[in-house]
Amino acid sequence: MLNNRKFYIAGFVISLFLAGVVSFYASSSPDGLEKVAQDIGFIDTAKDHTNADGTLADYGVKGIENERASVGVAGVIGVIGTAVVAGIGFKLIARKPKKDGK
Amino acid sequence: MHIPDGFIDPQTSAIFAGISAVGVAAALKGAREQLDEKTAPLAGLTAVFIFAVQMLNFPVAAGTSGHLLGAVLAAVLVGPWAATLALTVVLLMQAFLFADGGLTALGLSVFNMSILAVWAGYGIFLLARKILPKNKASISAAAFVGALLSVPIAAAGFTLQYAMGATATFSTSTVFTAMVGTHVLIGIGEAIITGLTVSAVLASRSDLVYGWKNNNQKLEIRNA
Repeated sequence: MLNNRKFYIAGFVISLFLAGVVSFYASSSPDGLEKVAQDIGFIDTAKDHTNADGTLADYGVKGIENERASVGVAGVIGVIGTAVVAGIGFKLIARKPKKDGK
Repeated sequence: MHIPDGFIDPQTSAIFAGISAVGVAAALKGAREQLDEKTAPLAGLTAVFIFAVQMLNFPVAAGTSGHLLGAVLAAVLVGPWAATLALTVVLLMQAFLFADGGLTALGLSVFNMSILAVWAGYGIFLLARKILPKNKASISAAAFVGALLSVPIAAAGFTLQYAMGATATFSTSTVFTAMVGTHVLIGIGEAIITGLTVSAVLASRSDLVYGWKNNNQKLEIRNA
């Protein structure tokens, strides 16, 4: 059994590695829904995303030309951002009201 | 299966935004009762891991890719209430930061992935766990089965939304066949990743795994 510290550090580092490094090797083929929409013919009903020109749109950092770096940095930002939001969120949710006598 | 804006009309999107809001509110309440200081960090890490692995599209068939959904993975690790919240956080990050999944379609996607896939997949996990012997390998195997089916179930959720409010006019049965067929294949990848991850966490920190602890607690109650 790993202690808490080692377990969470390992989980976080693995996530950083997957999003920051391995993500470059991900398939760029359309996903299941996109492919079905293309094949059947309703892909054209999709509208551009509201933030289609955003700094991190489509998992790339605007301004970083190198594709490997662009997706890697976007992935690292996503992992850290998710960690902050989910970490704080779940901590607040789990906080129990003080019991009487404590 | 992140739905872009435009596939489904605004009325249907609004209906599912309402349903999803109610579901997420219920999950907040449920997670508040279930999570404690010991399990809350795992819920956070689960969201982080799912975000990371959702970036890793794997090829499934000619010209098609899929990625982890993570609904059953999260439900087995941290329980279905916290899983609904973890998946919702991931979808919000993706939609707002990475332009992945339309903003007006968020309620549709949250319904399919954070609610339907989590609860249906978790239900299948519970059934499989009941049938299998009471050991850690069975927890991974039951998670595998739940994960496998959770993906076509989410695809069926999209088909329901399509039937209710598609902007296109192709028949629902055509969409159903294509969506479920494609997502059965993606479900195999989902099942493998889920089974391996649950095994790894069981091997390192079984005391944190909801789907394992909760099994033992039930046994104790029955024996008492």
